[in-house]
Amino acid sequence: MTLVYVEHQDGRPDDASLQAIALVREITGGAPLHALLAGPGAEDAAAGLGAHGVATAHIAEHEALASHAPVALARCIGELIERLSPAAVAAAGSERGNEVLAHAAALGDLPLAANCVAAEAGDPLTVTRIRWGGSLLEDARLHGPVKLLTVAPHTVEAAEVGAGPATLERFTPSLADADLVVRVVETVEQSSEGGVNLADARFVVSCGRGAGSPEGFAPAEELAALLGGAVGCSRAVTIAGWRSHTDQVGQTGTKIAPEVYLACGISGATQHMAGCKGAKRIIAVNVDPEAPIIANADYAVIGDLHEVIPAITAELRKAGAG
Amino acid sequence: MNILVCAKRVPMTGGTIVLTEDEQSIQTRHLGFTISPHEECGVEEAVRLIEANGGESVVLALGPSEAEEQLRDAMALGVDRAILLETADEVDGQATAAAIVAAIEAERAAGVEFDLIFFGNESADSGNYQVGIRVAHALGRPCVTGVKGITVQDGRARCEQETASGRDVYDVPLPAVITVKEGLNLPRYPSVPGRLRAKRKPLAASAPERRDAGVEKLRLRLPPGQGKQAEILGHGPEAAPAVVEVLRRAGLVT
Ligand SMILES: Cc1cc2nc3c(=O)[nH]c(=O)nc-3n(C[C@H](O)[C@H](O)[C@H](O)COP(=O)(O)OP(=O)(O)OC[C@H]3O[C@@H](n4cnc5c(N)ncnc54)[C@H](O)[C@@H]3O)c2cc1C
Ligand SMILES: Nc1ncnc2c1ncn2[C@@H]1O[C@H](COP(=O)(O)O)[C@@H](O)[C@H]1O
Repeated sequence: MTLVYVEHQDGRPDDASLQAIALVREITGGAPLHALLAGPGAEDAAAGLGAHGVATAHIAEHEALASHAPVALARCIGELIERLSPAAVAAAGSERGNEVLAHAAALGDLPLAANCVAAEAGDPLTVTRIRWGGSLLEDARLHGPVKLLTVAPHTVEAAEVGAGPATLERFTPSLADADLVVRVVETVEQSSEGGVNLADARFVVSCGRGAGSPEGFAPAEELAALLGGAVGCSRAVTIAGWRSHTDQVGQTGTKIAPEVYLACGISGATQHMAGCKGAKRIIAVNVDPEAPIIANADYAVIGDLHEVIPAITAELRKAGAG
Repeated sequence: MNILVCAKRVPMTGGTIVLTEDEQSIQTRHLGFTISPHEECGVEEAVRLIEANGGESVVLALGPSEAEEQLRDAMALGVDRAILLETADEVDGQATAAAIVAAIEAERAAGVEFDLIFFGNESADSGNYQVGIRVAHALGRPCVTGVKGITVQDGRARCEQETASGRDVYDVPLPAVITVKEGLNLPRYPSVPGRLRAKRKPLAASAPERRDAGVEKLRLRLPPGQGKQAEILGHGPEAAPAVVEVLRRAGLVT
């Protein structure tokens, strides 16, 4: 059998966790697929998992699991490993999925392959995982009594398989004080500044070193505002101190998935492209027709961003937008 | 207070990645090397905390002998000394953690206890998302991951993580392990005197014990769908109507 740790919110399983279930179904064969859920809303979230092929959903009940506590969650996984001897344990390759599985791997001294996009049943288990934020793939074999893996978000499609509801099994994990040292003790809600969230924006216009200065972003701000979009930037910009790191698109910044990404004065380093792979269409604006981004964009404008961005804004105004 | 930062030497891949013929690594003949931006922030945070509290900062890399370059870079920013664990090949997360734990235990045997150990949230190249957590468990210390804000006071570290809706706060006792993300601080640039001083700072090299890989790398591959050539919409401001047409087709303008 196999086990998937399922993250959920407002009583619904996260998409990334359903994607993890879909990948694990592939290596589970005819054996049963189990799920682990914890925290408020776990039972509601478990209700729909049967349709995704989960036979049994284990609900960990403990008051300490009300706020995120990664070591405690890893202990829950450890208990189920003891009890059920799964061949593999998986989770979403989300921040917390990766974190919780790494703790479980450390507790059991088990191998963990993070951010897999494919897996092939067998012992050793063969997986394909992403490196460099998705710019490179690695084929690997996992050796060990239990194989741990996380599934890179948006690389596998979740699918209902028409199975009946999952059996719910409640259990109370035995947790020591030491398991609860690392837990969220306070949550600060950010006051929304009225701006559009970079990660969720349908339109993003970014500028790179080509912007030349902090002031060079004014036309991009204007264009983003006109289309209800967000402004991003490259790392060359954040390390120059022109923009805050919260605006950085890329492997070590924010991953975006807009309908259109307008990338201006950005050369197209792999680490930048790792952050905008999810964009439906990429338009590059660059003075250099040989810039690497031209080979990774859908459309390109060869020209100076200081002229091209205002021209786009003017054209939109002429067309009656905003 | 003593602080250890773990940083990995990785190639700066630029616009395209070319693999070696044996598909085991990236062709690096024409590339420079660096450490991850996450780890750079770890180095900066360590230097700032030592400047404020006194004590010693140490940087550790596991990798080829050339990783000395990255260790000297960290020392140019103010780190006091370096540990190099020499390995010819890349090692998996379990083996990397085991080697780092052995080095930390050797330091302890020599009388050095680290109050804080910084890691990147994930390494730039392999992205295993696990080495810091494994080291923390082996040492019996708490580990907070993906941290973008740290306040150290009264033997505790208050750590902040960014979330979709704001921030999550953790409060752990020292000694602790913290994995950090770019954005934690804005790292300084090395000064010329800093670079000169770094040349003379101590660097201890040794070879870690080998361990079988739990995750055995078979081959690297480039993802499909690379190298599409963009459709040129035009040159300069004259291209604006064509751009607006793309925006219209995307449903962003009516
Ligand atoms: C581990 C690692 C992680 C990284 N993570 C990230 C990340 O998350 N995000 C990120 O962005 N980078 C990241 N980087 C850095 C990345 O490798 C590049 O250095 C960075 O993206 C370059 O930024 P840039 O394109 O703005 O600058 P450059 O590479 O200098 O490119 C500037 C471009 O602007 C063009 N240009 C100049 N003037 C104009 C003008 N007036 N009009 C139009 N075009 C003009 C030039 O032709 C050139 O193509 C990372 C690097 C490493 C090693
Ligand atoms: N070879 C290495 N040398 C030094 N530090 C490393 C090495 N590999 C991983 N690390 C540290 O562990 C963190 C997490 O790595 P990983 O688990 O590979 O994603 C990195 O950001 C580094 O701080």
